[in-house]
Amino acid sequence: MRYAETGYVLEVDLTKGNIERVATDPRDTELYLGGLGTNAKMLWDRVPADVEPFSPDNLLIFAAGLLCGTPATGCNRTIVSTISPQTRLMAFSMMGGFWAPELKYAGYDKVVLRGKSKDLVYLYINNDKVEIRDASHLKGKGAIETAEIIKKELNEPRAQVAAIGLAGENRVFYASIEQGRSSASRGGIGAVMGDKGVKAVVVRGTKDIVVAKPQEYMDLCSEVLDYIKHREDNPIPDVMPILAGLGSPQEMKVHDEKWHTENFNWGNARTRRKDFWTEEVDHAWAKTMEKARTRLISCYNCPMKCGATISMEGLPTYMMKCFTKLTYTMAAFSDLDFGLRIAQKATEYGLDGFSAPQVMAFAMELLEKGILKDSDFPGLPEDNEGKFFYLLDMIVNRQGIGDILANGTYWAAREIGNGAEEFAHNNIKKHEQLPLKLSMLNPIYYLMYCTGEKINITQIEGQFPQAPYPTVEQREAFVKDWVQVPDDKFKDIFLQWEPRGEKSMPNFPTVDMCCDIVDWQEMMHYIDDALGQCAGLSSFPLKPPYHIHNYPKFISAGAGIDMDKDKLMKAAKRYRTLVRANNIRRGMRRVDEQPPANHWKNRFPELEKNLLDSYYQLKGWNEDGIPTKETLEDLGLGYVAAEFERTGVYGGGSAEPASAPRQQETLNVGGVQP
Amino acid sequence: MSTETKKRTVKTINIDADKCNGCRACEVICSSFHAAPRYSSNNPARSRVRVVRDPLRDIYIPLYAGDYTESECMGRDKFIIDGKEYDECGFCRTSCPSRDLFREPDSGLPLKCDLCDGEPEPLCVKWCLVGALSVTEREVEEPAEETKRGELEIGLESLARRFGADKLLDTVAQITKGR
Repeated sequence: MRYAETGYVLEVDLTKGNIERVATDPRDTELYLGGLGTNAKMLWDRVPADVEPFSPDNLLIFAAGLLCGTPATGCNRTIVSTISPQTRLMAFSMMGGFWAPELKYAGYDKVVLRGKSKDLVYLYINNDKVEIRDASHLKGKGAIETAEIIKKELNEPRAQVAAIGLAGENRVFYASIEQGRSSASRGGIGAVMGDKGVKAVVVRGTKDIVVAKPQEYMDLCSEVLDYIKHREDNPIPDVMPILAGLGSPQEMKVHDEKWHTENFNWGNARTRRKDFWTEEVDHAWAKTMEKARTRLISCYNCPMKCGATISMEGLPTYMMKCFTKLTYTMAAFSDLDFGLRIAQKATEYGLDGFSAPQVMAFAMELLEKGILKDSDFPGLPEDNEGKFFYLLDMIVNRQGIGDILANGTYWAAREIGNGAEEFAHNNIKKHEQLPLKLSMLNPIYYLMYCTGEKINITQIEGQFPQAPYPTVEQREAFVKDWVQVPDDKFKDIFLQWEPRGEKSMPNFPTVDMCCDIVDWQEMMHYIDDALGQCAGLSSFPLKPPYHIHNYPKFISAGAGIDMDKDKLMKAAKRYRTLVRANNIRRGMRRVDEQPPANHWKNRFPELEKNLLDSYYQLKGWNEDGIPTKETLEDLGLGYVAAEFERTGVYGGGSAEPASAPRQQETLNVGGVQP
Repeated sequence: MSTETKKRTVKTINIDADKCNGCRACEVICSSFHAAPRYSSNNPARSRVRVVRDPLRDIYIPLYAGDYTESECMGRDKFIIDGKEYDECGFCRTSCPSRDLFREPDSGLPLKCDLCDGEPEPLCVKWCLVGALSVTEREVEEPAEETKRGELEIGLESLARRFGADKLLDTVAQITKGR
């Protein structure tokens, strides 16, 4: 008997049109939990280093987290994993919404796509009946439009649809997979789906999900609900509103965007506008939002209303969450009305709302500097907003210069040359980041930016306050009910942390303290990604309802696996290390682990080296960021160590860092050189 | 005729559809509560409350399973309110052969909301943190039930309910005519 999970994955070979329902090994659940954990294992086992992102041998895995579909509030995430065309590393973007629980109710924990379909198809999973269906009539259709057409033609309004738009079909390197109010956007996984010829994966399920200890599990769920109510009634004092409550940052609800618009950078992540947020702007933007927003909405089984339905006059309705609200606006130096309009189109096209605007701003900057010429942009409209709509179409259709820009700023800059590289200045591991440029180095964030393999800072940070409280009284009040800390030492760090003076950044928290904090922050995100829990109720906000003390109980009572804090921490470390192992054998090394050079003005090379050395040591990685043989064996990952030894990874033999230029796409970047 | 009255408690679930966020937590807890053993499994397809949800049309209706019917209505209805077109029979609570709503997905047996009998409040209400669902109780006075009815009365009444009074009368007339 399998609890919480179904014990089956759906294996789909698109080349042959073969579909199989395969039982999984319960021991893997115990070792790697589920979701991201078992995805990482599958990629390690089945996608060797020489498999290109657009090879039929690359897998595209849609996984429901271990506890998805159970009554645990907010546990609804789909973890999509593959090899990214942009970073050429393991990508594991996640989406909330309704898809993952539906997959569980259909009787599967994962859908694994391999091979390539000659013609555009969609997959329809309806409990035990699974079909590969023709999608030629959906070619070029918007992602949301596609979902609506499919639900209608199947006469199944309760089906959940994960679809790509034109961007995915045309293999844009930052194409997303869209699913109603949610999307898996980072890493270009939509491009891999398009490459496989799959327009949509549609799920409908009406089976039961069983938990191991019913009453215990329900009591845990009730505690979480009560705590959410408590946190809603008691927002955290002395922090900015978006950090005071639970959920994703409440971008759809909150009108006051002073903090984002004045602290984040505009254009190609260059310009800070410190006096932007005037009363006039406040008024105009609030009016735009009020008019556009039909309703605040949620994902499956979650009371947080992080998303909204948006209806701009004359445009079809779409759904939005979070920060895409501002990314297009700020990239184009425009206003919210423009931002919400272009986001409608971009959502139908299926594009990452972080990367796409930045690529367009990058292109405009290159034109301004004369690196790209007017002739590269035939028919470019005169008005600023029109230019962005023009670029969006060019990119998604891979037309003219759009074909180069569709590969993201890193690859586009290399292809354009002529000094363009300097303008692709806001990347980590070849992927566009939030447009933040700050003055004083923050050692905690330094570590997260460097070592994050989730590529997005919001998916690594959380739990620990972003800034110290000015008074001791405030700090004491904060730590009083801080039950989420894995160890009381984190309270001590926070109590001592001062805004200025000896015990302030960058010297305090000390190097060792920073390492511990980052390790905790990252661990919680990785646990969420295996269980399918949304970070908005767990690893992201301050004082969340889920934490390292109640998670083991959830796993024990839900999945029937004996679990305690230490065992869970070790499991999380195991598959976190396995994610890194996948990337190490694809060539990632220490040299790739750095924030954008201009992220902070005040840098401290010696401290930074010390930070990274210490963090690697804490993680059990060598000075080049490679998990050591001892670490791997201790985690039961001896098979990884064996491959590292066989392929000469430890001998420095892999040599070629992932940041080095690659002349041809077929170049083997694994550590196979002597 | 008796003039005595007796008191009865009527429970009303108040559904504020404007507050519904479409999360379906009500479906989750309902199907979990009604699982046997209690809370051992969950499956929204077994839930006795279903959120009819169509975000792009801004339609959010938590709908509770009512009585079972053997036959569907002669006609159907379709509402348009404030320009929003709702599904056919969109507000009907009946477990009806015209649709698969409110039936066990495997056996097809009808489902009916019992307001979580035995719990202090229906659990869908407890789990709806956004306040779309609430419950109120009130006492109503009803004429006391009259004297105990005989077997024949009960039998005839159930026949009338099943086949309709007209059909019953016709049949009785036909049978007696033949004698």
